[in-house]
Amino acid sequence: MTMNTQGRPTAPESVSMSSIETVSGSRGLLQHEDLLFEIGTSETTGVDLPAPKGTKNRLGGVARKQPTGLPGLSEPQAVRHYMRLSQKNYAIDLGLFPLGSCTMKHNPRLNEKVARLPGFGDIHPLQPQATVQGALELIDELAMWLKTLTNMPAVAMSPKAGAHGEFCGMMAIRQALIARGEGETRKRVLVPESAHGTNPATAAQCGFIVDEIKANKRGRVDMDDLKAKLEKPDDIAGIMLTNPNTCGLFETDIKEIADLIHAAGGYFYCDGANFNAIVGRVRPGDLGVDAMHINLHKTFSTPHGGGGPGSGPTVLSEALAPYAPVPFVVKDADGMYRLVEDIEGDASESFGRMVAFHGQMGMFVRALTYILSHGADGLKQASEDAVLNANYIQARLKSVMTAPFEGYCMHEALFSDAFTAEGIETIDIAKALIDEGYHPMTMYFPLVVHGAMLIEPTESESKAELDRFCDALESIARRAAQGDEALKGAPYLAPMRRLDETKAARKPVLKWAEPELAPPVAAE
Amino acid sequence: MRYLPLTADDRAEMLKTIGAKSVDDFYADVPEAARLNGTVEGLPDHQGELAVERHMSNLAAKNRAASSGPFFVGAGAYKHHVPATVDMVIQRSEFLTTYTPYQPEIAQGTLQTLFEFQTQVAALTAMDVANASMYDGSTACAEAAVMATRATRRKKVVLSGGLHPHYAAATKLLCEAQGIEVVQLEHAIDGELALADAVDDATACVIGQSPNTFGTVTDLSPVAEAAHGKGALLVSVFTEAVSLGLVTPPGEMGADIAVGEGQSIGNGLNFGGPYVGLFACTQKLVRQMPGRLCGETVDAEGKRGFVLTLSTREQHIRRDKATSNICTNSGLCALAFTAHMTLLGGKGMEQLAVLNHEAACDLADALAGVPGVEILTPRFFNEFAFRTPVNAEAVLAMLDEAGIVGGVRASRLFPGDHLGDVILCAATECTTPEDIAAYAAALKEII
Repeated sequence: MTMNTQGRPTAPESVSMSSIETVSGSRGLLQHEDLLFEIGTSETTGVDLPAPKGTKNRLGGVARKQPTGLPGLSEPQAVRHYMRLSQKNYAIDLGLFPLGSCTMKHNPRLNEKVARLPGFGDIHPLQPQATVQGALELIDELAMWLKTLTNMPAVAMSPKAGAHGEFCGMMAIRQALIARGEGETRKRVLVPESAHGTNPATAAQCGFIVDEIKANKRGRVDMDDLKAKLEKPDDIAGIMLTNPNTCGLFETDIKEIADLIHAAGGYFYCDGANFNAIVGRVRPGDLGVDAMHINLHKTFSTPHGGGGPGSGPTVLSEALAPYAPVPFVVKDADGMYRLVEDIEGDASESFGRMVAFHGQMGMFVRALTYILSHGADGLKQASEDAVLNANYIQARLKSVMTAPFEGYCMHEALFSDAFTAEGIETIDIAKALIDEGYHPMTMYFPLVVHGAMLIEPTESESKAELDRFCDALESIARRAAQGDEALKGAPYLAPMRRLDETKAARKPVLKWAEPELAPPVAAE
Repeated sequence: MRYLPLTADDRAEMLKTIGAKSVDDFYADVPEAARLNGTVEGLPDHQGELAVERHMSNLAAKNRAASSGPFFVGAGAYKHHVPATVDMVIQRSEFLTTYTPYQPEIAQGTLQTLFEFQTQVAALTAMDVANASMYDGSTACAEAAVMATRATRRKKVVLSGGLHPHYAAATKLLCEAQGIEVVQLEHAIDGELALADAVDDATACVIGQSPNTFGTVTDLSPVAEAAHGKGALLVSVFTEAVSLGLVTPPGEMGADIAVGEGQSIGNGLNFGGPYVGLFACTQKLVRQMPGRLCGETVDAEGKRGFVLTLSTREQHIRRDKATSNICTNSGLCALAFTAHMTLLGGKGMEQLAVLNHEAACDLADALAGVPGVEILTPRFFNEFAFRTPVNAEAVLAMLDEAGIVGGVRASRLFPGDHLGDVILCAATECTTPEDIAAYAAALKEII
């Protein structure tokens, strides 16, 4: 077994280097950087703008009276500010980012280059449609790929993120029930307890009542519980199911689940967050799915930028297609592409408009670029490699960590904290991984497994990289099993030591404020 | 297959370690009937970088970029200049290719920029607190309406006739899904003050917009007073963030929640997205707020640092009781916003706003000089509506032939509302005197 291939010490007694203090707050190449408000001035600006003429005003008395007081930085100051801050971030371009259920894969730079072509980046959503035919064609082409890969007849492109795509799918279900005259009676949505937190939240946002289904010992939907929930089917609107699920497992009974829901008069929403495990191997349309969002950033590599933007196109079955939101693209007989925007006109059955414009065009460009680069063969291979990599991690670590479920996994490997000594928690293992140079895995999710650790390597990692990661995690797992107290203090080598989240929540400080001046010392 | 590092030997060796015969073993749980043999039919195989780039360039070439000629379209998205430094910052790998800052010890870059973003948005809107960005202005508006019903325990929302129709549509959709009554006032160019009369004891909030869809700027203070008098909230909306450099901010007009589109600062047009929703409110309402918040704290050694906070409002803890179902934010677009805002500073922001306003004044004067044209917007920032004696669609088509993208016909936004002869147009710092002269000259030819 190779150890310490990154040349970093792992033994707890060697970590005292973190106590070395510097006058500047910097540590070697890691520069200290204060807040913008502490280094800028309200008179400084980093842009050269022409001087206004100062002769015209049509504001009608609504002029701003108080200046914003916001500080500015010169261009070189601003460049350093952001470069120094960037160095305090971990990123997929730096190394493995094994956040299960989040899917951090390589972000090809070709995507970025193409998205910045003026013909994509510099076009307005409301300019005449004759001047944006290429953009509409691109949306249509991406839609074709998504429909074909899922074997679904329709797709709504406007959802802005995965959770927004869930909202789209559930609104389509709601509209279909209204059209059937059952909008008021069918209000119950079944959601497995292993679901993403967005699933119950989405159902509630759409006015549904959430009814939780248990997981069985194999980490899948408990079919007995499901059948019991369906005994009185008259109020069932549908089910929201994640597949592959949040335990990293394929729902074995998925076709039976779809049949049971349909027989009960409900619709089947599939959370497609984990579609990247099955692209090219399984088409959700063949499983009886009525609606499913696709997170373009997860499956098709659009960069996640520290929290977004996401994009969540939602595929729809024949039954739900008429209720798709506006706007959508159609191709007319003359070969021209056109946006259907008017719910009074062509889209009279549509449930409405979710968002101001046409969705995340910038993400569509990146996703299609990635899809064309991979092709049908490459997308399939990517799914298989993602699943192979996860199973390799599971196989390499299951002797030192606890795998809660039997058998193979899909694209993410799940472990529980059962192997740790008393007092050592999942968070300690995660923070120790930071000292090894890795972003930690997803912690405490899914909720159905105690002290869960969900590891998703994706297809982007080589075998050598997986081995290095497994070596590091294996070493930490052994220390956790032995009750190594030093783990409680990790990370030691990161830009910051462990942060106090309780303090942040107890008395929230959500913006910078001028420090109050100390009161003047009274004269004798 | 250039994105895939595993070799055939690696795959074989890994399967051996796992104890599986082939990858097919991993898909054994897939029902037989749903298993695919071979690749999905009807789709091409992988292509090289050159081929893909050529295909995408061909698609891009079929679109006319806003910078390629005189361009006057606004109505919720604006053509502004973005300094090169902004794009450099957001293309830094450590910002571009990182995830939600769930591990704050190695995400201080993202977290500090979000904290700075929140501070900037609060200052610009003159509100107490701002969140770390929403999807865009329209969804922020919808969330604000729902938040107001939660805060007031009332179930009615009143929308101004000056509210961007797409914002109104997104708001109606979310509200109606939750059984919230929505009252939409008649569209009116100068209609914000009508909100004051529409508020009653059942109203959770009134939603006004300034500058509104027709460009009109309005002092919403009387509306705030009327709303507060009835126990309702004022939600103040803007679609042009640059206006905040020059017009009275929502907080100074008594708004309880201020929402808007931040695309104008640091973000390109991108055919409608991704954009960045700005969302701010009073201190009293902070725990009702949807979306992410970044807060200050200390690490184990007492050093200042930042974390995501108040997550007990969010879907991953409160599930069906959460303040929203939102999971992500517009992190990278918020970074572009805050980087551009940092370059501008308060001084640059004000100057940029004045330049926008003056360009629009010059445009209005030039168009008013064309016989038959009537400027309809009484007070404006950088956008206004005008009436033409000829059908607006025909006018815009003829302007297009002259290489000028003259604006948006109001009937595209308000279908069936008899605005067939009204055009909405905007000017920004990108608008040159030559653009304005060309517009006026071409319009004179047409009508």
